[in-house]
Amino acid sequence: MIDYHFDWSVIARNWDKLIDALLLGLWLAVISLAIGCIIGILTAYARLSGKKWLSVPVWAYVEFIRCTPLLLLIFFLYFGLPEFDITFLDKTESFVLSLSLYAGAYMSEVFRAGLSSIPKQYVEAAKAIGLRPWQRQAYVVLPVMFRITLPAVSNNLISLFKDTSLAAAIAVPELTFIARQINANTFRVMEVWLTASALYLATAYLIAILLRQVERRYASIR
Amino acid sequence: MDFSMAPGTFWFEAWQARASLLSGLGVTLLSSALSIVMATFCGILMGVALSYGWWWLKLLARLYVDLMRGIPVLVLILFTYYGLALFGVNVAAFWAGVIALGAFATAHVAENFRGAVESVPAGQMEAAKAIGLTFGRRLYYVILPQAFRRMLPPWVNTGLEIVKGTTLLSIIGVVELLLSAQQQMARNYMIVEFYMLTVVLYLIINFTLAQLGALLERKTSYLRY
Repeated sequence: MIDYHFDWSVIARNWDKLIDALLLGLWLAVISLAIGCIIGILTAYARLSGKKWLSVPVWAYVEFIRCTPLLLLIFFLYFGLPEFDITFLDKTESFVLSLSLYAGAYMSEVFRAGLSSIPKQYVEAAKAIGLRPWQRQAYVVLPVMFRITLPAVSNNLISLFKDTSLAAAIAVPELTFIARQINANTFRVMEVWLTASALYLATAYLIAILLRQVERRYASIR
Repeated sequence: MDFSMAPGTFWFEAWQARASLLSGLGVTLLSSALSIVMATFCGILMGVALSYGWWWLKLLARLYVDLMRGIPVLVLILFTYYGLALFGVNVAAFWAGVIALGAFATAHVAENFRGAVESVPAGQMEAAKAIGLTFGRRLYYVILPQAFRRMLPPWVNTGLEIVKGTTLLSIIGVVELLLSAQQQMARNYMIVEFYMLTVVLYLIINFTLAQLGALLERKTSYLRY
């Protein structure tokens, strides 16, 4: 062990900056999850529609995303889209787009599993009381599916939150980027990375605990 | 698509870049393989600690697993890269990355191992005890062969995650596939084409891995209980 003198004043001085960065990361994760959920539901229905022209592209999309590194996707959209004259996205929006597409593929699988796990009798009962097709989905199938998939969705939120660290690669000022900046400016290596790790860890656990509460409240039906 | 090999076309540039792309691919594969080996070895040890250890060992292993699962891989990589130097361990970026990825995946393997071992019916362990096997033999001859099948699919998934995770090494300057492709783009400005090429290479690696996993799963499907 070498002689290392901790100097936490660096962290104290930059605390507001770090917290802002953390909240930005959290915000990016939440938006991406929301967009990802929309993509996920639509693609899950498409996958289960039984029509080849709908389910094959969705299968390809899911497999493509699952086999492609997220960082590559981020760079591709950030540097590649302007080549197609799509220049209205700034770096944060471009990152949200990448993370949403990424989340969409994972949510698609989650929702597909959720939709296929709903007992047939639910739909039959809904039919029997005379609900229209969209009413069956909106009032019976979807609410049940959300309850079933809630644990998977909250796991995805946590992993998306951790993935927001990759936004540092395209200079989105989230926690990892700010930590790296402070590290480069002050060279207080241990303080900076211990703080960043602790902030990520604490936030991930806070999300987990909060969502566990939500699950206990809503995910009770079996 | 234009398939001519005249200077300035994509195929020409890709051919020009073959040496650096292949060496990048080599670094990606090597770092993945090293991380997977490290994670499997340490992960199984930690998994044993997690399932059968004394209470303090269990607690330590659990603490490690939960720590690793709550911190982004990129932060782990940066921490290892900048942090190891402080302890006078002057490691190359490549090794810092491999250690960080391996340490991260260790937690996943350990947790999978625990899950797989606990899914083996308790009667198996009791029966093995009853015929007088030592702990090591109970594990080796009775529990592990049965847990193995449960472990395989998540293990292959961890492998996929590691291969994808090696792209993060580009951030600390390891010239793996992604960074070598980016270096080529800086030279020839064929951004879309070269990213496409990189994506295809990653798809090939990961698809092969996934297929290998499926094959392993089929081969071991007789291990059912």
